[in-house]
Amino acid sequence: MADTFDDLRDLYQEVILDRGRHPRHGQRLETFDATAKGDNPMCGDRVQVWVAFAPDSTIAETGFEARGCAISVASADLMAETVQGRSKADTAALFASFRDMVRTGVCPACDTAMEQLAPLSGVHEYPSRVKCATLPWHALIAALDGTKEASSE
Amino acid sequence: MNVDDIRRDFPILSQTIRGKPLIYLDSGASAQKPRAVIDAMVNAMETQYANVHRGLHWMSERTTDAYEATRDAAAKLMNAGDRAEIVFTRNSTEAMNLVAHSYGRGILKAGQAVVISAMEHHSNIVPWQMLRDAHGVELRVAPITDAGELDMAAFEALLEDGKVGLVSVTHMSNVLGTVTPAERIVQIAHAHGAKAMFDGSQAIVHRPIDVQALGCDFYAWTGHKLYGPTGIGVLWARRELLEAMPPFLGGGDMISSVTFEKSTWAQVPHKFEAGTPAILEGIGLKAAIDYVLGIGYEALAAHELALTDHALARLGAIEGLKIYGRAQDRGGVISFMLDKAHAHDVATLLDRQGIAVRAGNHCAEPLMRRLGVDSTARASFGMYTTMAEIDALADTLNRVREFFT
Ligand SMILES: Cc1ncc(COP(=O)(O)O)c(C=O)c1O
Repeated sequence: MADTFDDLRDLYQEVILDRGRHPRHGQRLETFDATAKGDNPMCGDRVQVWVAFAPDSTIAETGFEARGCAISVASADLMAETVQGRSKADTAALFASFRDMVRTGVCPACDTAMEQLAPLSGVHEYPSRVKCATLPWHALIAALDGTKEASSE
Repeated sequence: MNVDDIRRDFPILSQTIRGKPLIYLDSGASAQKPRAVIDAMVNAMETQYANVHRGLHWMSERTTDAYEATRDAAAKLMNAGDRAEIVFTRNSTEAMNLVAHSYGRGILKAGQAVVISAMEHHSNIVPWQMLRDAHGVELRVAPITDAGELDMAAFEALLEDGKVGLVSVTHMSNVLGTVTPAERIVQIAHAHGAKAMFDGSQAIVHRPIDVQALGCDFYAWTGHKLYGPTGIGVLWARRELLEAMPPFLGGGDMISSVTFEKSTWAQVPHKFEAGTPAILEGIGLKAAIDYVLGIGYEALAAHELALTDHALARLGAIEGLKIYGRAQDRGGVISFMLDKAHAHDVATLLDRQGIAVRAGNHCAEPLMRRLGVDSTARASFGMYTTMAEIDALADTLNRVREFFT
């Protein structure tokens, strides 16, 4: 029966299971410059993101607390890693590419940052789960924009 | 009752999902439809369709008769004393909004209170909040016990000051499966001068409902959970209450006469049925009621009890699985969580095996908060559910747990 969920390995890659269980950035920051919450009322997922800026106002560090599924926690964790050192505009552009990827499953202009996020591309086959992957990003963008709350579309 | 025969009556059950036979354990969200319902609707469209209550021609008369026959069927289903006490709505949600609006604003006075419970569906919470904010009616919430039953002592205490005008609680929780002691609730409400309403969306699927024996004042349910079409629900209410209540929506069909200065209302129940109704859905609903009564509630309830006992035993034996709700009196709805996996991940993995369950807050956020969770997975059963399907659920859940460990 080991192969029962074989076709799900696209969605639940090892990275996702691992990050979902043991996120590296799954804690609030002691000192931070911005924070926002994300809420998906349809499924009860909740995330809060904290961001600290470097002197040049790029992202120095991101931390989060999430109550949600493996997909949303892993997505938050991979996000925290990939946005480090990026400006606000850069981060917004990355989110746009990420959103395209999780909706379509492909990433035409895949740079190294996007490759890091690529394990999440499997969600495109599960339309109801796409918002799990994007919720932390909505919260991050809200934090960067200075709005306090975001909800996934 | 032979489940194999029943399954043959539901065309959808022969579908496969990603190559696997469909195991539909989400009947609590919406039930599948028997061939009789599908045929009744198609047949009406093909042979006798027109608008109701307005045409003088043959088609319209036929359609009106077929649609009105559903009112008789619904009255029989609930043992209503008078067919005029059956008001058609779109669903339970609209039925409860109707009462909150017409009884709430028309009859209740500012300063009076409405009592609901901590395990209500949003549709039996939000209309009362809207009434509270617009009309100055207080909203009180009766707590539940840790077993997921209504705390009857606390409930009664909420009525003691005599301010409560209406009690509106679920007859069966869509999350915990708890069946509430409806007769006792009515007695307590009436003893304190309050009317009693039930959200019977789940209960009527599993139990015979006799509104006269219950002694309640309002009873709401929704067709699509009772193997009928979407878009049609029922509010039963005592005739004298319906007569005293102002209308809900205004428009065609609900009037007796209209001038620019003043309109007068049609007789009940039509006073509450503005606009062209869900004609085909109404016709389909009669087929569903006939189908259910043809099998009989006794057989349905026995089947469901056996399924629920089996499911509680099988799921209860899974390591790390927690079941929410331990009510003595319960129906075939079971909410659960695995310690190692989030409810959505569980639902996605089950889905891959063709097993449909629901995951989320089940439109009962306050209850989720009371349970201390954000979401649960929920398996809910219908008349076509088999023991083998429950075994498949339990076996797959064991593997889901391994997958996430
Ligand atoms: C207990 C309960 N009340 C109310 C509803 C609302 O039913 P509907 O959406 O058909 O109005 C549901 C179903 O979703 C339910 O389970």
